[in-house]
Amino acid sequence: MIAERNDESLSGSSAGSHVDPATHQEPAVALSAATITRAGQQVLADVELTVSHGEFVAVLGPNGAGKSTLMLTILGLLPLAAGQASVLGTEPVAARPRVGYLPQRRAFDESTRVRGVDVVSLGLDGARWGLPVPISPAARARRRDVRRRVRETIELVGASEYAQRPIGELSGGEQQRLLIAQALVRDPELLILDEPLDSLDLPNQAEIAALLDRICTGRGVAVLLVAHDVNPLIGYLDRVIYLAHGRALEGPVEEVITSEKLSDLYGAPVEVLRTTQGRLVVVGTPDAPHHHGPRHGHP
Amino acid sequence: MSPSLSLDLVSDVRQLLEFQFMVNALEAATIVAVLAGAVGWYMVLRRQSFAGHTLSVMAFPGATGAALAGIPTALGYYLACGAAAVAIGRSGRGSRTENAAIGTVQTAGLAAGFLFLSLGHAVLSGLETVLFGNILGVSSGQVLGLLVVAAVVLGLLAVGARPLLFATIDREVARASGVPVAALDVGFLLVLALAVAATSQITGALLVFALLVAPPAAAQVLTTRPLASLALSIAFAVLVAWLGLGIAYFSIYPVGFYITSIAFGLYLLARIGRRLART
Repeated sequence: MIAERNDESLSGSSAGSHVDPATHQEPAVALSAATITRAGQQVLADVELTVSHGEFVAVLGPNGAGKSTLMLTILGLLPLAAGQASVLGTEPVAARPRVGYLPQRRAFDESTRVRGVDVVSLGLDGARWGLPVPISPAARARRRDVRRRVRETIELVGASEYAQRPIGELSGGEQQRLLIAQALVRDPELLILDEPLDSLDLPNQAEIAALLDRICTGRGVAVLLVAHDVNPLIGYLDRVIYLAHGRALEGPVEEVITSEKLSDLYGAPVEVLRTTQGRLVVVGTPDAPHHHGPRHGHP
Repeated sequence: MSPSLSLDLVSDVRQLLEFQFMVNALEAATIVAVLAGAVGWYMVLRRQSFAGHTLSVMAFPGATGAALAGIPTALGYYLACGAAAVAIGRSGRGSRTENAAIGTVQTAGLAAGFLFLSLGHAVLSGLETVLFGNILGVSSGQVLGLLVVAAVVLGLLAVGARPLLFATIDREVARASGVPVAALDVGFLLVLALAVAATSQITGALLVFALLVAPPAAAQVLTTRPLASLALSIAFAVLVAWLGLGIAYFSIYPVGFYITSIAFGLYLLARIGRRLART
């Protein structure tokens, strides 16, 4: 299978607008001829993907197209079956400390008696062994630094008001902001978010999308975001990657999400409509791939 | 002369410490309480109370098996709890079948204990000690043994404190950050097994939970700050142990009854206190 590729992504002319290309030679994410299998089944074949530093890229596609699986590969949690993957200029596993990750929607229920600020600070030092005993001046300084970074990140996502409350008692939008802060607190160079807008109401979707854009442009962080619906993100995205039927299509929104390109990708007539407000509506997509055959069957 | 409670606190404490068995009991209870308060805090946060309960009833096959094999009872406790921890660990954390698997381990353990009991023709009088402990019969050697186990367990817990908390609260992100979550699952169960085996020698299998669940649960009701909550949990457990022993000394009713009742009362008070603070 041959993945289609848009020339835009090669030259990076629509990309790299937020970064100085001189400081970042390596792309944030580079996959070439990547084939991914999960539980013995091929999920994606021959995927070509380049995300530059400071780019805001959405991964779109129907349920079961392999969006989350692709993210696991970039995180180094799932090895490639074939092809090459490079993240921040190194192996995905080695890049992990420099990557912030927000997995698919996980809600904390009310019985989770942990404050939002604690969840955020685990993102910074949660993987450290041993107890932080603030005896030496250096250790005390480190602790102050941790607290300052946690406070600043919470301010950045606009969650200061409720960060001291138990996270289980917060609304979905409030929890999502704190989880973004958790993924951001280590100052990652790449931020991977799996459906961060899922199950949020429309105003919250718009606010989170704007927040991610601020992070992307303001801090030069590459943002790779899995989304169900492209509409809250239109206007912010540099490019999209559309996955379907084991293939990937890459390019700017207006070039990828067209009737012609999607029909070709799905191998079935698909129509893309544009509303007067500029929203895109994709009509006639076949159901999740596992209805079509066992080969694509892993969600 | 039987001890009598007076308003003179100094005289009360002097009476308490008059006999070596009581000094040993207080020392053992303190060690066990610190251990249970710390390990129990993680257990409650991880919602593994059922796993903890299953480990606690392993005292039964542990004690009867030890009697049959002619090894020290304490060793039997540690072996049975450790084996059960490994079995539970293999069931897979968070899977749909986790609780069913733990229940199966529990039943298998109890069945083994029953078999050992009938094979060994053991008299039932020892069974009461297994179930309800014998805190007033603790030797100095046992106290030392508990101290060693507590030091090992608390040391392990300190090393893994943050990754374990991370894996407990936010498993997926912890894994992506390089925390070995699967190894920590089994590691924590083994630590829990050590703590349970140590505790049940003192409080008995049935009353382990008074120290392992109620103090952490009460602490977590009262505060959401991790360190404060952990410290409070240990303090509650020590308080429950001391009060239970102290009151029982001046009373005709058994220690276990007081420890359990005080622990329950503490949890109840914490819940009521939080409700009042909210309104």
